[in-house]
Amino acid sequence: MNWQPSASLQVIRERARIYRQIRSFFNTRGCLEVETPVLASTTNTDVQVATIEVPGFEIPFYLQTSPEFAMKRLLAAGCGSIFQITHAFRQGEAGRLHHPEFSLLEWYRAGYDYHQLMDEMELLITTLSLHQCSFTRITYKDLFRQVMDLGVDEVTLEQLRDHCKKSVPGTNVAQLDFDQCLDLLLGVVIAPTMQGYQFVYDYPLSQAALARVREDDNNVAERFELFFDGIELANGFSELTDADEQRARFEQDNAARAQKGLPQYAIDERLLAALESGLDDCAGVALGLDRLLMVLLELDSIDQVLTFTD
Amino acid sequence: MASYSTNEFRSGLKIMLDGDPCAIIENEFVKPGKGQAFNRVKIRNLKTGRVLDKTFKSGDSVDAADVIDTEMQYLYNDGEFWHFMDPQSYEQQAADANAVGDARQWLKAQDNCEVTLYNGSPIGVTPPNFVELEISDTDPGLKGDTAQGGTKPATLETGAVVKVPLFLEIGELVKVDTRSGEYMSRVKK
Repeated sequence: MNWQPSASLQVIRERARIYRQIRSFFNTRGCLEVETPVLASTTNTDVQVATIEVPGFEIPFYLQTSPEFAMKRLLAAGCGSIFQITHAFRQGEAGRLHHPEFSLLEWYRAGYDYHQLMDEMELLITTLSLHQCSFTRITYKDLFRQVMDLGVDEVTLEQLRDHCKKSVPGTNVAQLDFDQCLDLLLGVVIAPTMQGYQFVYDYPLSQAALARVREDDNNVAERFELFFDGIELANGFSELTDADEQRARFEQDNAARAQKGLPQYAIDERLLAALESGLDDCAGVALGLDRLLMVLLELDSIDQVLTFTD
Repeated sequence: MASYSTNEFRSGLKIMLDGDPCAIIENEFVKPGKGQAFNRVKIRNLKTGRVLDKTFKSGDSVDAADVIDTEMQYLYNDGEFWHFMDPQSYEQQAADANAVGDARQWLKAQDNCEVTLYNGSPIGVTPPNFVELEISDTDPGLKGDTAQGGTKPATLETGAVVKVPLFLEIGELVKVDTRSGEYMSRVKK
Protein backbone atom coordinates (compact mmCIF):
# COMPACT_ATOMS: atom_id res chain seq x y z
CA MET A 1 0.00 0.00 0.00
CA ASN A 2 1.58 3.27 -1.08
CA TRP A 3 0.49 5.77 1.56
CA GLN A 4 3.41 8.16 1.12
CA PRO A 5 2.89 11.73 -0.12
CA SER A 6 3.32 12.42 -3.82
CA ALA A 7 5.50 15.48 -3.11
CA SER A 8 8.81 15.27 -1.27
CA LEU A 9 9.04 16.75 2.24
CA GLN A 10 11.24 19.52 0.83
CA VAL A 11 8.46 20.51 -1.59
CA ILE A 12 5.86 20.41 1.20
CA ARG A 13 8.06 22.79 3.26
CA GLU A 14 8.59 25.06 0.22
CA ARG A 15 4.82 25.27 -0.27
CA ALA A 16 4.46 26.39 3.35
CA ARG A 17 7.22 28.96 2.81
CA ILE A 18 5.63 30.54 -0.27
CA TYR A 19 2.16 30.60 1.34
CA ARG A 20 3.68 32.41 4.35
CA GLN A 21 5.43 34.90 2.08
CA ILE A 22 2.34 35.46 -0.07
CA ARG A 23 0.28 36.29 3.04
CA SER A 24 2.91 38.63 4.38
CA PHE A 25 3.31 40.28 0.94
CA PHE A 26 -0.39 41.12 0.70
CA ASN A 27 -0.84 41.94 4.38
CA THR A 28 1.85 44.62 4.16
CA ARG A 29 0.36 45.97 0.91
CA GLY A 30 -3.15 46.54 2.24
CA CYS A 31 -4.83 43.57 0.60
CA LEU A 32 -7.40 41.69 2.70
CA GLU A 33 -7.34 37.89 2.87
CA VAL A 34 -10.81 36.45 2.19
CA GLU A 35 -12.46 33.07 1.93
CA THR A 36 -15.29 32.08 -0.44
CA PRO A 37 -17.17 28.78 -0.88
CA VAL A 38 -15.66 25.95 -2.85
CA LEU A 39 -19.16 24.47 -3.23
CA ALA A 40 -21.87 26.65 -4.79
CA SER A 41 -25.15 26.48 -6.73
CA THR A 42 -23.80 28.38 -9.76
CA THR A 43 -20.75 27.86 -11.88
CA ASN A 44 -18.71 29.16 -14.78
CA THR A 45 -20.42 29.06 -18.18
CA ASP A 46 -17.09 29.19 -20.08
CA VAL A 47 -17.24 26.63 -22.89
CA GLN A 48 -13.67 25.48 -22.31
CA VAL A 49 -14.08 24.85 -18.60
CA ALA A 50 -15.77 21.65 -17.41
CA THR A 51 -17.38 21.80 -13.99
CA ILE A 52 -17.66 18.92 -11.53
CA GLU A 53 -21.23 18.59 -10.29
CA VAL A 54 -21.71 17.33 -6.76
CA PRO A 55 -24.64 14.96 -6.12
CA GLY A 56 -26.72 14.85 -2.96
CA PHE A 57 -28.48 18.23 -3.08
CA GLU A 58 -32.00 19.14 -4.15
CA ILE A 59 -30.67 21.56 -6.75
CA PRO A 60 -27.34 21.08 -8.57
CA PHE A 61 -24.23 22.13 -6.66
CA TYR A 62 -20.83 22.56 -8.22
CA LEU A 63 -17.20 22.50 -7.14
CA GLN A 64 -15.96 25.93 -8.10
CA THR A 65 -13.69 26.22 -11.15
CA SER A 66 -12.46 29.57 -9.80
CA PRO A 67 -13.39 31.88 -6.90
CA GLU A 68 -13.89 34.76 -9.33
CA PHE A 69 -17.65 35.34 -9.10
CA ALA A 70 -17.76 35.29 -5.30
CA MET A 71 -14.72 37.55 -5.02
CA LYS A 72 -16.31 40.09 -7.37
CA ARG A 73 -19.38 40.13 -5.15
CA LEU A 74 -17.07 40.96 -2.26
CA LEU A 75 -15.52 43.79 -4.29
CA ALA A 76 -18.97 45.16 -5.10
CA ALA A 77 -19.79 44.94 -1.39
CA GLY A 78 -16.91 47.36 -0.74
CA CYS A 79 -14.18 45.04 0.56
CA GLY A 80 -11.44 46.92 -1.26
CA SER A 81 -8.44 44.96 -2.56
CA ILE A 82 -8.64 41.27 -1.65
CA PHE A 83 -6.70 38.05 -2.04
CA GLN A 84 -7.42 34.37 -1.51
CA ILE A 85 -5.55 31.08 -1.54
CA THR A 86 -8.00 28.32 -2.43
CA HIS A 87 -8.60 25.14 -4.38
CA ALA A 88 -10.32 25.05 -7.78
CA PHE A 89 -11.65 22.07 -9.73
CA ARG A 90 -11.81 21.22 -13.43
CA GLN A 91 -13.35 18.04 -14.75
CA GLY A 92 -11.15 15.92 -17.00
CA GLU A 93 -7.98 17.99 -16.79
CA ALA A 94 -5.10 15.64 -16.05
CA GLY A 95 -1.55 15.46 -17.31
CA ARG A 96 1.97 16.65 -16.66
CA LEU A 97 0.73 20.21 -15.97
CA HIS A 98 -2.88 19.52 -14.99
CA HIS A 99 -4.75 17.97 -12.10
CA PRO A 100 -8.55 18.13 -11.59
CA GLU A 101 -8.01 19.77 -8.16
CA PHE A 102 -5.41 22.50 -7.95
CA SER A 103 -4.37 25.47 -5.82
CA LEU A 104 -4.86 29.07 -6.83
CA LEU A 105 -3.83 32.44 -5.56
CA GLU A 106 -6.40 34.93 -6.78
CA TRP A 107 -6.28 38.61 -6.07
CA TYR A 108 -8.11 41.80 -7.04
CA ARG A 109 -6.85 45.32 -6.92
CA ALA A 110 -9.32 48.19 -6.69
CA GLY A 111 -8.37 51.02 -9.04
CA TYR A 112 -5.67 49.04 -10.91
CA ASP A 113 -5.57 48.23 -14.60
CA TYR A 114 -3.97 45.09 -15.99
CA HIS A 115 -0.50 46.61 -16.46
CA GLN A 116 -0.39 47.75 -12.84
CA LEU A 117 -1.40 44.24 -11.84
CA MET A 118 1.43 42.79 -13.96
CA ASP A 119 3.82 45.12 -12.12
CA GLU A 120 2.62 43.82 -8.77
CA MET A 121 2.86 40.23 -9.98
CA GLU A 122 6.51 40.77 -10.95
CA LEU A 123 7.19 42.03 -7.46
CA LEU A 124 5.43 39.06 -5.84
CA ILE A 125 7.24 36.44 -7.92
CA THR A 126 10.59 38.13 -7.34
CA THR A 127 9.85 37.99 -3.61
CA LEU A 128 8.99 34.27 -3.75
CA SER A 129 11.77 33.25 -6.11
CA LEU A 130 15.07 31.91 -4.90
CA HIS A 131 16.84 33.52 -7.89
CA GLN A 132 16.94 36.84 -9.68
CA CYS A 133 13.96 37.11 -12.05
CA SER A 134 13.50 39.16 -15.18
CA PHE A 135 10.21 39.67 -16.99
CA THR A 136 9.24 40.60 -20.52
CA ARG A 137 5.88 41.68 -21.96
CA ILE A 138 4.57 41.12 -25.45
CA THR A 139 1.13 41.47 -27.01
CA TYR A 140 -0.65 38.36 -28.29
CA LYS A 141 -0.45 39.79 -31.78
CA ASP A 142 3.29 40.52 -31.63
CA LEU A 143 3.98 37.07 -30.18
CA PHE A 144 2.39 35.32 -33.18
CA ARG A 145 4.16 37.74 -35.51
CA GLN A 146 7.54 37.20 -33.84
CA VAL A 147 7.49 33.40 -33.58
CA MET A 148 5.42 32.36 -36.60
CA ASP A 149 5.38 35.49 -38.78
CA LEU A 150 1.61 35.23 -38.59
CA GLY A 151 -0.74 38.22 -38.42
CA VAL A 152 -3.68 37.20 -36.24
CA ASP A 153 -5.62 40.27 -37.44
CA GLU A 154 -5.31 39.53 -41.15
CA VAL A 155 -5.17 35.75 -41.37
CA THR A 156 -8.19 33.85 -42.70
CA LEU A 157 -9.48 30.65 -41.16
CA GLU A 158 -8.25 28.67 -44.19
CA GLN A 159 -4.73 30.11 -43.88
CA LEU A 160 -4.75 29.45 -40.17
CA ARG A 161 -5.71 25.82 -40.71
CA ASP A 162 -2.84 25.53 -43.22
CA HIS A 163 -0.45 26.82 -40.55
CA CYS A 164 -1.78 24.18 -38.14
CA LYS A 165 -1.47 21.43 -40.73
CA LYS A 166 2.14 22.39 -41.46
CA SER A 167 3.27 22.99 -37.89
CA VAL A 168 1.34 20.23 -36.13
CA PRO A 169 1.19 17.24 -38.48
CA GLY A 170 -1.42 14.63 -37.66
CA THR A 171 -4.16 17.11 -36.75
CA ASN A 172 -7.61 17.03 -38.27
CA VAL A 173 -7.58 20.78 -38.94
CA ALA A 174 -10.89 20.84 -40.81
CA GLN A 175 -12.75 20.55 -37.50
CA LEU A 176 -10.91 23.43 -35.80
CA ASP A 177 -12.44 26.89 -35.62
CA PHE A 178 -10.43 30.13 -35.55
CA ASP A 179 -9.74 30.25 -31.82
CA GLN A 180 -9.07 26.52 -31.61
CA CYS A 181 -6.37 26.97 -34.29
CA LEU A 182 -4.83 29.82 -32.28
CA ASP A 183 -4.95 27.71 -29.08
CA LEU A 184 -3.22 24.83 -30.85
CA LEU A 185 -0.48 27.03 -32.29
CA LEU A 186 0.08 28.86 -29.01
CA GLY A 187 0.19 25.65 -26.94
CA VAL A 188 2.18 23.44 -29.28
CA VAL A 189 4.31 25.69 -31.47
CA ILE A 190 4.79 29.00 -29.69
CA ALA A 191 4.89 28.06 -25.99
CA PRO A 192 7.93 25.75 -26.41
CA THR A 193 9.91 28.69 -27.82
CA MET A 194 9.10 31.05 -24.91
CA GLN A 195 11.84 31.67 -22.36
CA GLY A 196 11.82 32.94 -18.81
CA TYR A 197 8.93 34.91 -17.31
CA GLN A 198 6.88 36.41 -20.11
CA PHE A 199 3.58 38.27 -19.99
CA VAL A 200 1.36 37.94 -23.05
CA TYR A 201 -1.35 40.64 -23.14
CA ASP A 202 -4.12 42.16 -25.26
CA TYR A 203 -5.90 38.96 -26.26
CA PRO A 204 -8.26 38.85 -29.24
CA LEU A 205 -11.82 39.81 -28.40
CA SER A 206 -12.99 36.25 -29.08
CA GLN A 207 -10.82 35.20 -26.12
CA ALA A 208 -11.76 38.05 -23.81
CA ALA A 209 -13.27 35.77 -21.13
CA LEU A 210 -14.15 38.24 -18.35
CA ALA A 211 -11.84 41.05 -19.46
CA ARG A 212 -12.73 44.61 -20.37
CA VAL A 213 -12.43 45.61 -24.04
CA ARG A 214 -9.65 48.11 -24.70
CA GLU A 215 -11.10 51.57 -25.17
CA ASP A 216 -8.61 52.64 -27.84
CA ASP A 217 -8.60 49.32 -29.74
CA ASN A 218 -11.82 47.36 -29.60
CA ASN A 219 -10.27 44.34 -31.33
CA VAL A 220 -8.54 43.30 -28.14
CA ALA A 221 -9.38 42.72 -24.50
CA GLU A 222 -7.33 43.82 -21.50
CA ARG A 223 -6.42 40.26 -20.62
CA PHE A 224 -2.94 38.91 -19.84
CA GLU A 225 -1.30 35.63 -19.10
CA LEU A 226 2.03 34.92 -17.45
CA PHE A 227 4.23 32.13 -18.78
CA PHE A 228 7.51 30.69 -17.56
CA ASP A 229 9.45 28.84 -20.25
CA GLY A 230 6.11 28.43 -22.03
CA ILE A 231 4.26 27.03 -18.99
CA GLU A 232 1.09 29.02 -18.33
CA LEU A 233 1.13 30.28 -14.74
CA ALA A 234 -1.49 33.00 -14.46
CA ASN A 235 -4.42 34.67 -16.18
CA GLY A 236 -5.62 38.17 -15.38
CA PHE A 237 -7.87 40.97 -16.57
CA SER A 238 -8.85 44.53 -16.24
CA GLU A 239 -12.22 43.31 -15.03
CA LEU A 240 -15.40 43.65 -16.96
CA THR A 241 -17.69 45.66 -14.67
CA ASP A 242 -20.63 46.21 -17.01
CA ALA A 243 -23.56 43.98 -16.00
CA ASP A 244 -25.25 44.05 -19.41
CA GLU A 245 -22.07 43.12 -21.26
CA GLN A 246 -21.44 40.39 -18.67
CA ARG A 247 -24.94 38.98 -19.14
CA ALA A 248 -24.46 38.99 -22.92
CA ARG A 249 -21.21 37.01 -22.56
CA PHE A 250 -22.87 34.45 -20.26
CA GLU A 251 -25.66 34.05 -22.81
CA GLN A 252 -23.14 33.64 -25.65
CA ASP A 253 -21.37 30.95 -23.61
CA ASN A 254 -24.59 29.04 -23.04
CA ALA A 255 -25.51 29.30 -26.72
CA ALA A 256 -22.09 27.90 -27.65
CA ARG A 257 -22.56 25.17 -25.04
CA ALA A 258 -25.93 24.23 -26.57
CA GLN A 259 -24.33 24.05 -30.00
CA LYS A 260 -21.60 21.71 -28.77
CA GLY A 261 -24.02 19.55 -26.82
CA LEU A 262 -22.46 20.59 -23.49
CA PRO A 263 -24.50 21.20 -20.31
CA GLN A 264 -25.81 24.75 -19.94
CA TYR A 265 -25.69 26.46 -16.57
CA ALA A 266 -27.95 28.94 -14.86
CA ILE A 267 -26.46 32.42 -15.09
CA ASP A 268 -25.07 33.70 -11.78
CA GLU A 269 -27.71 36.36 -11.14
CA ARG A 270 -26.10 37.34 -7.83
CA LEU A 271 -22.93 38.33 -9.66
CA LEU A 272 -24.92 40.35 -12.21
CA ALA A 273 -26.88 42.04 -9.42
CA ALA A 274 -23.58 42.89 -7.71
CA LEU A 275 -22.24 44.42 -10.95
CA GLU A 276 -25.47 46.38 -11.36
CA SER A 277 -25.13 47.77 -7.86
CA GLY A 278 -21.80 49.18 -9.05
CA LEU A 279 -18.30 47.77 -9.27
CA ASP A 280 -15.49 50.30 -9.58
CA ASP A 281 -12.63 49.69 -12.00
CA CYS A 282 -10.40 46.91 -10.81
CA ALA A 283 -8.03 44.26 -12.06
CA GLY A 284 -7.76 40.66 -10.95
CA VAL A 285 -5.55 37.67 -11.59
CA ALA A 286 -5.38 33.96 -10.76
CA LEU A 287 -1.99 32.35 -10.31
CA GLY A 288 -1.63 28.56 -10.28
CA LEU A 289 0.34 27.80 -7.14
CA ASP A 290 1.17 24.20 -8.01
CA ARG A 291 2.76 25.21 -11.28
CA LEU A 292 4.49 28.17 -9.62
CA LEU A 293 6.05 25.72 -7.16
CA MET A 294 7.12 23.49 -10.06
CA VAL A 295 8.80 26.44 -11.73
CA LEU A 296 10.45 27.79 -8.57
CA LEU A 297 11.82 24.35 -7.68
CA GLU A 298 12.62 23.37 -11.29
CA LEU A 299 10.42 20.25 -11.24
CA ASP A 300 8.92 18.62 -14.34
CA SER A 301 5.53 17.41 -13.28
CA ILE A 302 2.62 18.66 -11.17
CA ASP A 303 2.58 15.29 -9.34
CA GLN A 304 5.90 16.28 -7.78
CA VAL A 305 4.33 19.28 -6.03
CA LEU A 306 0.87 17.92 -5.13
CA THR A 307 0.89 16.64 -1.56
CA PHE A 308 -1.29 13.70 -2.56
CA THR A 309 -2.66 12.99 -6.03
CA ASP A 310 -5.53 10.88 -4.71
CA MET B 1 -18.22 -0.68 -32.42
CA ALA B 2 -16.74 0.35 -29.09
CA SER B 3 -15.01 3.71 -28.95
CA TYR B 4 -12.75 5.61 -26.60
CA SER B 5 -12.88 9.28 -25.64
CA THR B 6 -9.57 11.16 -25.42
CA ASN B 7 -9.89 11.26 -21.63
CA GLU B 8 -9.57 7.46 -21.63
CA PHE B 9 -6.30 7.65 -23.59
CA ARG B 10 -3.38 5.96 -21.87
CA SER B 11 -0.33 4.10 -23.06
CA GLY B 12 -1.14 0.64 -24.37
CA LEU B 13 -4.68 1.52 -25.51
CA LYS B 14 -5.52 0.03 -28.94
CA ILE B 15 -7.40 2.29 -31.36
CA MET B 16 -8.24 2.39 -35.08
CA LEU B 17 -6.59 5.13 -37.10
CA ASP B 18 -6.95 5.54 -40.87
CA GLY B 19 -8.10 1.93 -41.10
CA ASP B 20 -5.17 0.42 -39.21
CA PRO B 21 -4.97 -0.86 -35.63
CA CYS B 22 -2.64 1.27 -33.52
CA ALA B 23 -1.37 1.32 -29.95
CA ILE B 24 -0.94 4.52 -27.96
CA ILE B 25 2.63 4.92 -26.70
CA GLU B 26 2.43 8.36 -25.08
CA ASN B 27 -0.42 10.75 -24.38
CA GLU B 28 0.14 14.43 -23.51
CA PHE B 29 -2.67 16.76 -22.43
CA VAL B 30 -2.22 20.35 -23.66
CA LYS B 31 -4.70 23.01 -22.55
CA PRO B 32 -4.58 26.73 -22.16
CA GLY B 33 -6.59 27.70 -19.06
CA LYS B 34 -9.21 29.51 -21.14
CA GLY B 35 -8.89 27.62 -24.41
CA GLN B 36 -9.36 24.42 -26.33
CA ALA B 37 -7.75 21.29 -24.87
CA PHE B 38 -5.82 18.87 -27.07
CA ASN B 39 -4.40 15.40 -26.62
CA ARG B 40 -1.09 14.94 -28.40
CA VAL B 41 -0.34 11.27 -28.78
CA LYS B 42 2.47 9.11 -30.06
CA ILE B 43 0.98 6.08 -31.73
CA ARG B 44 2.46 2.85 -33.09
CA ASN B 45 0.80 1.38 -36.15
CA LEU B 46 0.57 -2.29 -35.18
CA LYS B 47 0.66 -3.46 -38.79
CA THR B 48 3.67 -1.51 -40.00
CA GLY B 49 5.39 -0.82 -36.68
CA ARG B 50 5.69 2.85 -37.68
CA VAL B 51 5.42 5.47 -34.95
CA LEU B 52 3.48 8.64 -35.71
CA ASP B 53 2.25 11.79 -33.95
CA LYS B 54 -1.41 12.66 -33.82
CA THR B 55 -3.24 15.56 -32.22
CA PHE B 56 -6.87 15.21 -31.15
CA LYS B 57 -9.26 17.80 -29.81
CA SER B 58 -9.98 16.68 -26.25
CA GLY B 59 -13.40 15.11 -26.00
CA ASP B 60 -13.19 13.56 -29.47
CA SER B 61 -13.64 9.84 -29.64
CA VAL B 62 -12.02 7.19 -31.78
CA ASP B 63 -12.99 3.63 -32.57
CA ALA B 64 -11.46 0.91 -30.46
CA ALA B 65 -9.36 -1.61 -32.35
CA ASP B 66 -10.39 -5.23 -31.98
CA VAL B 67 -6.93 -6.14 -30.80
CA ILE B 68 -6.14 -8.59 -28.03
CA ASP B 69 -2.85 -9.82 -26.67
CA THR B 70 -3.06 -13.50 -25.92
CA GLU B 71 -0.60 -15.98 -24.44
CA MET B 72 0.13 -18.75 -26.95
CA GLN B 73 2.60 -21.57 -27.28
CA TYR B 74 4.98 -21.52 -30.25
CA LEU B 75 4.83 -24.81 -32.19
CA TYR B 76 6.89 -24.74 -35.40
CA ASN B 77 7.77 -22.87 -38.59
CA ASP B 78 6.77 -24.47 -41.89
CA GLY B 79 9.01 -22.25 -43.99
CA GLU B 80 6.32 -19.65 -44.59
CA PHE B 81 4.28 -19.41 -41.41
CA TRP B 82 5.01 -19.59 -37.71
CA HIS B 83 2.40 -21.67 -35.90
CA PHE B 84 1.09 -20.93 -32.41
CA MET B 85 -1.44 -22.70 -30.18
CA ASP B 86 -3.78 -21.42 -27.50
CA PRO B 87 -2.94 -23.68 -24.52
CA GLN B 88 -6.56 -23.60 -23.25
CA SER B 89 -8.58 -24.09 -26.43
CA TYR B 90 -5.84 -25.82 -28.49
CA GLU B 91 -6.87 -23.48 -31.28
CA GLN B 92 -3.99 -22.77 -33.68
CA GLN B 93 -2.91 -19.56 -35.39
CA ALA B 94 -0.46 -19.09 -38.27
CA ALA B 95 1.55 -15.85 -38.28
CA ASP B 96 3.41 -14.60 -41.35
CA ALA B 97 6.91 -13.11 -41.40
CA ASN B 98 5.50 -9.59 -41.13
CA ALA B 99 3.62 -10.42 -37.95
CA VAL B 100 6.50 -12.31 -36.36
CA GLY B 101 9.08 -9.66 -37.21
CA ASP B 102 12.26 -9.69 -35.12
CA ALA B 103 10.67 -12.05 -32.61
CA ARG B 104 11.51 -14.96 -34.93
CA GLN B 105 15.12 -15.12 -33.70
CA TRP B 106 13.95 -15.98 -30.18
CA LEU B 107 11.19 -18.48 -30.97
CA LYS B 108 11.78 -21.97 -29.63
CA ALA B 109 9.16 -24.68 -29.78
CA GLN B 110 7.03 -24.93 -26.65
CA ASP B 111 7.95 -21.46 -25.36
CA ASN B 112 5.02 -19.21 -24.48
CA CYS B 113 4.76 -15.95 -26.43
CA GLU B 114 2.33 -13.07 -26.51
CA VAL B 115 0.52 -13.06 -29.84
CA THR B 116 -1.35 -9.89 -30.83
CA LEU B 117 -4.56 -10.73 -32.70
CA TYR B 118 -6.37 -8.15 -34.83
CA ASN B 119 -9.87 -9.24 -35.85
CA GLY B 120 -8.79 -12.73 -34.83
CA SER B 121 -5.58 -12.91 -36.91
CA PRO B 122 -1.98 -12.50 -35.68
CA ILE B 123 -0.35 -9.14 -36.44
CA GLY B 124 2.41 -9.23 -33.84
CA VAL B 125 4.42 -11.60 -31.67
CA THR B 126 6.27 -10.69 -28.47
CA PRO B 127 8.72 -13.31 -27.23
CA PRO B 128 9.10 -13.98 -23.48
CA ASN B 129 11.35 -11.40 -21.78
CA PHE B 130 13.84 -14.16 -20.98
CA VAL B 131 14.60 -17.25 -23.06
CA GLU B 132 16.97 -20.14 -22.46
CA LEU B 133 18.66 -21.26 -25.68
CA GLU B 134 21.47 -23.63 -26.63
CA ILE B 135 24.66 -22.35 -28.28
CA SER B 136 24.84 -23.95 -31.73
CA ASP B 137 28.04 -22.27 -32.84
CA THR B 138 30.84 -20.20 -31.33
CA ASP B 139 34.64 -20.03 -31.24
CA PRO B 140 36.29 -22.53 -28.87
CA GLY B 141 36.16 -21.55 -25.21
CA LEU B 142 39.18 -20.34 -23.27
CA LYS B 143 39.61 -22.54 -20.22
CA GLY B 144 40.09 -20.77 -16.93
CA ASP B 145 38.99 -17.40 -18.34
CA THR B 146 35.93 -17.08 -16.13
CA ALA B 147 36.88 -13.85 -14.43
CA GLN B 148 37.86 -11.68 -17.36
CA GLY B 149 35.33 -9.44 -19.06
CA GLY B 150 35.91 -10.46 -22.70
CA THR B 151 33.08 -11.59 -24.97
CA LYS B 152 32.66 -13.37 -28.32
CA PRO B 153 29.68 -13.81 -30.66
CA ALA B 154 27.67 -17.02 -30.31
CA THR B 155 24.92 -18.29 -32.61
CA LEU B 156 22.01 -19.78 -30.70
CA GLU B 157 19.74 -22.65 -31.76
CA THR B 158 17.08 -20.22 -32.99
CA GLY B 159 19.54 -18.30 -35.16
CA ALA B 160 19.99 -15.28 -32.87
CA VAL B 161 23.56 -14.05 -32.41
CA VAL B 162 24.46 -12.73 -28.95
CA LYS B 163 27.69 -11.75 -27.21
CA VAL B 164 28.66 -14.32 -24.59
CA PRO B 165 31.62 -14.65 -22.21
CA LEU B 166 34.72 -16.32 -23.67
CA PHE B 167 34.50 -19.50 -21.54
CA LEU B 168 31.19 -20.73 -23.02
CA GLU B 169 31.17 -23.71 -25.42
CA ILE B 170 28.92 -25.10 -28.15
CA GLY B 171 26.06 -27.08 -26.62
CA GLU B 172 25.82 -24.97 -23.46
CA LEU B 173 22.54 -23.33 -22.43
CA VAL B 174 22.37 -19.54 -21.91
CA LYS B 175 19.69 -17.16 -20.59
CA VAL B 176 19.10 -14.08 -22.78
CA ASP B 177 17.00 -10.93 -22.32
CA THR B 178 15.03 -10.68 -25.58
CA ARG B 179 14.26 -6.96 -25.08
CA SER B 180 17.92 -5.96 -25.19
CA GLY B 181 19.33 -9.06 -26.88
CA GLU B 182 21.85 -9.33 -24.05
CA TYR B 183 23.32 -12.46 -22.47
CA MET B 184 22.26 -12.78 -18.81
CA SER B 185 23.79 -16.00 -17.48
CA ARG B 186 24.80 -19.57 -18.12
CA VAL B 187 22.10 -22.14 -17.33
CA LYS B 188 23.10 -25.50 -15.79
CA LYS B 189 21.50 -28.32 -17.76
